[in-house]
Amino acid sequence: MAPVLDIRGLAKSFTLHNQGGVTLPVLAAVDLTVGAGECVALHGRSGTGKSTLLRTLYGNYRVQSGELWVRHGATRIDLAQARPRQIIELRRSTIGYVSQFLRVIPRVAALDIVAEPMRARGVAVEAARARAAALLTRLNVPERLWHLAPATFSGGEQQRINIARGFAVAYPILLLDEPTASLDGDNRAAVIGLIDEVLARGTAIVGIFHDGEVRDRVASRLYDMTEAKAAA
Amino acid sequence: MSALPLLDDEPPLLVVDGLTVAYGTRVGCRDVSFELWPGEVLGIVGESGSGKTSLLNALSAKIEPTAGRIHYRLRDGTMADLFGLSEAARRQLLRTDWGVVHQNPRDGLRLTVSAGANVGERLMAIGARHYGEIRGAALDWLGKVEIDRDRIDDRPSSFSGGMQQRLQIARNLVTNPRLVFMDEPTGGLDVSVQARLLDLIRGLVADLGLSAIIVTHDLAVARLLAHRLMVMRGGEVVESGLTDQVLDDPQHPYTQLLVSSILQV
Repeated sequence: MAPVLDIRGLAKSFTLHNQGGVTLPVLAAVDLTVGAGECVALHGRSGTGKSTLLRTLYGNYRVQSGELWVRHGATRIDLAQARPRQIIELRRSTIGYVSQFLRVIPRVAALDIVAEPMRARGVAVEAARARAAALLTRLNVPERLWHLAPATFSGGEQQRINIARGFAVAYPILLLDEPTASLDGDNRAAVIGLIDEVLARGTAIVGIFHDGEVRDRVASRLYDMTEAKAAA
Repeated sequence: MSALPLLDDEPPLLVVDGLTVAYGTRVGCRDVSFELWPGEVLGIVGESGSGKTSLLNALSAKIEPTAGRIHYRLRDGTMADLFGLSEAARRQLLRTDWGVVHQNPRDGLRLTVSAGANVGERLMAIGARHYGEIRGAALDWLGKVEIDRDRIDDRPSSFSGGMQQRLQIARNLVTNPRLVFMDEPTGGLDVSVQARLLDLIRGLVADLGLSAIIVTHDLAVARLLAHRLMVMRGGEVVESGLTDQVLDDPQHPYTQLLVSSILQV
């Protein structure tokens, strides 16, 4: 079966035009294939480009060179060549991303933030909210917070809302940027439970897990970023 | 295996090709081309004098471009050359299929008639005659834009700036337009009023499946509302792409300068 994600010779650098035109090479020669139900942990110290790679896989950063094939339904598409509309469609249906920090929108309640990806796929309001409520319950977000905008929530609460949002839809590909960074033991276990479930369902995960215990528990293999960095 | 195109079955709503607006020797905008699809929100960002408003004025048929073409897909599916249409047909389009939300609500409202009449007037322009139905639609829209229903008979001159802006939006959306142009819709409003308005616009655009072109100099507004961005400088588009890509991984020196100039709160 064709891989869900197939990265070939991916390179990425940043040119800072307003700071003397300095070019910062971050990734070079990244080759990685990920199959359904696999969890690949990006491994390497900070500054080796782990988050940059995740953001590139989500289309948030532009691919500079190389190919980035994503299986999308019965077809596949090279993110390096994809047009904005195609990337939006990929994000709606194929690729989920749990960033480290929640982007808060004024006046939008936690429950609706979690329900939003389901609403974008046409799920009715009540059904989307019910699923959102179940996820928030599972992640121990107290019900009294559900109807508030999360601007004033703690880091751990915001992170759990972000995680609930990322797991609200059964994406074939899920990108996780330190999903357990500011969580205590119980909540970490809840996140591990969610990860196990989607892997069993065939979701492919690429993630950054600084927490060694979580990494050992969920990762099928490690991808060493040091080489990609050394080549850059 | 090659990449199959996604979503290419659906034709664009608006196709802009080589659009230039010149005022004598001075250029408003130069050689702008893009396509807009149904349900898509395009943000046009740039500083004052970058050509954003010239472009918007030409797109919304307020001024005739010096060069270039604009094609618009009519409800019957045919692609019409905007400036090949008769003046009357263009006016009809503006009254029914399009909405224009001005930065200053006073430019888009009639301050001497009631809030209800401001909303109802657009309906009457397309042939609505039944008083009860028009008033019902007006009440319904006041509710959608969060204006108390008992303000329906008040004149908008007695409204706050935020309320006036919401009323202007109701006036535009009551005819179920397919394309809405917005020029700095949150400009000149207090931040807390802005947040409410942005949330409202975001919800309405998503619920109604509207296409919109929003001109703003505020990158936070662009991030919240737009799927795609065009960055303008000196009348030209210097960069365009997916909104978060343009803002998080800007390529052009000017976009990098714009993004890096935002103060963090």
